[in-house]
Amino acid sequence: MKGGEAIIKSLKEQGVDTIFGYPGGQTIPFYDMLYDSDLKHILVRHEQGAVHAAEGYARASGKVGVCVATSGPGATNLVTGITDAFMDSTPIVAITGQVPVNLIGNDAFQEADIIGITMPVTKHSYQVKAADQIPSIIKSSFEIANTGRPGPVLIDVPKNAQVGELKEYIDDLISTPGYKPTIKGNIKQVKKAAKLIKMAKKPMILAGGGVIISGASNELNTLSKLINAPVMTTLMGKGCIPEDQDNCLGMLGMHGREVSNLSVNKCDLLIAIGCRFSDRTTGKLDEFLPNSKVIHIDIDPAEIGKNVDVDVPIVGDAKNVLSSLVKQLKGFESNNDSKQWYDGRISIKNSFLPRVSYDTTPIMPQQVLKEINSALTSDTIVTADVGLNQMWAAHFYNTTKPRNFITSGGLGTMGYGFPAAIGAKVAKPENPVLAIVGDGGFLMVNQELATIKEYDIPVIIAILNNRKLGMVYQWQNLLFDGRLSETDMGNTPDFVKLAESYGIEGQRITEPGESEIAINKALKDNESIVLDIVIKKNEFLPMVPPGAAVDDILGEFKHESDANNGDGD
Amino acid sequence: MNDYEYSDQFHIISTLVEDKPGVLQKVSSLFTRRGFNIESITVGKSEVPDLSRMVIIVNGNRKVLEQVIKQLNKLIDVVKVKDLNPKHSVARELCLIKVKSEDEKSKLEILQYVDIFRAKVIDICDNSLIIEVTGDVGKINALISLLNSHGIEKIARTGSTAMSRGNY
Repeated sequence: MKGGEAIIKSLKEQGVDTIFGYPGGQTIPFYDMLYDSDLKHILVRHEQGAVHAAEGYARASGKVGVCVATSGPGATNLVTGITDAFMDSTPIVAITGQVPVNLIGNDAFQEADIIGITMPVTKHSYQVKAADQIPSIIKSSFEIANTGRPGPVLIDVPKNAQVGELKEYIDDLISTPGYKPTIKGNIKQVKKAAKLIKMAKKPMILAGGGVIISGASNELNTLSKLINAPVMTTLMGKGCIPEDQDNCLGMLGMHGREVSNLSVNKCDLLIAIGCRFSDRTTGKLDEFLPNSKVIHIDIDPAEIGKNVDVDVPIVGDAKNVLSSLVKQLKGFESNNDSKQWYDGRISIKNSFLPRVSYDTTPIMPQQVLKEINSALTSDTIVTADVGLNQMWAAHFYNTTKPRNFITSGGLGTMGYGFPAAIGAKVAKPENPVLAIVGDGGFLMVNQELATIKEYDIPVIIAILNNRKLGMVYQWQNLLFDGRLSETDMGNTPDFVKLAESYGIEGQRITEPGESEIAINKALKDNESIVLDIVIKKNEFLPMVPPGAAVDDILGEFKHESDANNGDGD
Repeated sequence: MNDYEYSDQFHIISTLVEDKPGVLQKVSSLFTRRGFNIESITVGKSEVPDLSRMVIIVNGNRKVLEQVIKQLNKLIDVVKVKDLNPKHSVARELCLIKVKSEDEKSKLEILQYVDIFRAKVIDICDNSLIIEVTGDVGKINALISLLNSHGIEKIARTGSTAMSRGNY
């Protein structure tokens, strides 16, 4: 067996059915061996598409996503996606070709020190020296990528290792004495947490992506209802609890929901689960949680106490810790104060329902999201790109199941949404997939339309087209005296014709109501479609300015009740 | 300024790491990225086969120290991290100093210093000597400042390595 064949065998043994990649000089031997194998390979149109698709695959399925690129430029084109996966704890394995071992360090053609380049943004990396090492390295990479706090692992495979003969196929895990993730929460800490909970009069929960990764949605919901703690989520936590359910207040932070932002600083106990208190979530730290005790549950000890001081830290897997916490609270009877608090938050939430109904043209983005909401079923996976489109999606799209909302959180990678949707659809072919993107981000990756056409991967692409780099445009308007430097996209292409040139249906949408009809049709036909939705260009969400406290909101939220009172614009 | 034994800002971190290429780079880049100043770093084989001991002297406050220890623990190649308490550990550095000695008088004076500091002369030629001195940072700094008046040509320091006492 040759090294390349060992890669394929090892991947299959890890349960991999599909990989995303792009060949090049130093991966020709691997691709030659792939030619005879039944491992499915999706040829993307840019390596960045491969790594984001692998991320989308991983986020939708919980399995490790795999991407392959050649040495040098192929490998460096993966760097953004690898960093994205690192920030968002997404398990991927990136396999890169490398020049033969005897040429490494000679500045050979298409040589790049990809191990060195990615060192700060990978959970771990391996360079294969000889074919014999491949089975162990691949098995260990999958183990590391998808245990503890998940993350990207890079395997650099020099050409000689791809063609080298294995003496024997040995896939023992490589010993990693320094890697022992803590899964089970310390019972003493859990008891301390239970004690704080029993004293709390205004408890709240902040749930992050860790809840989704750990599959702790049921435990979270049980705890929330048991102790009268309404749940706020981070962007990464969106969907960990059904957003149409009473106890879910919605996202907290710079672009958070009104009720969450105005409530958080009033609580007397915050239970943070699987989140890392990013600056986009907390706002100004000095004014965050002035009167509150904090319980922080996370699998990564380095996240605890990093940004917010914690009263009870619990290191462990969210599902494990939450179920033992619920056990500790057996027989717990909530007090009247917390009941009042809980009901109060829910009634504020319901009276603050954001306004989504508008019949004006150009179409209001809120109205588009309303139509997307009513067209989609709960099993639809929605990906969002980065920028205003993402915030509208996060704000107005009701996610009701974990893993059904996928976006680039920590790194904020424009161009993520569409290729991630491809990966999600490959992972979950039975679920409809819709990508909400902006015109700017979509232009960074539109070449992947060729990929979905080639492999018949039906994805609905909803471009919220405001002909602007909307998020920066918003900041310029609100915070930079309206000096609109380089955020007008000027001559955007005709997205309908662009789609058609790839053999995909395109449709321009200019009137309220049309989006819903178009999405319904695409869902029924199970076909890809590009919807160029022309939206109002200067419509902004209220936001917390950078450096301000989380309840210090710039702009005013409009409520759905206003629409019914005829208070339109 | 190097007197870490007497300052809250200096910390001695002793780590056991896997003896593999790239580990030193991972550790040092972690410090750079988190804005933690490395005063010195020493690496060598440890008592355990395939594991190296890295002793890092760092400059920063408690909160940053805690974060760096946690981040070090996250590196897969790092097996163990210990923050050594200066009160319960010993630290030593080795330093080579090439100093001018133009005449007999200066040579004699230098040899006296060497004697007092329990250092060694390890090379001698017509107009210079190489002195080897081992000790804590304060002692080495003191010798260097005494020798300065004779004209120091070169200094090579290893940085401190350290170990906890007894059962600490």
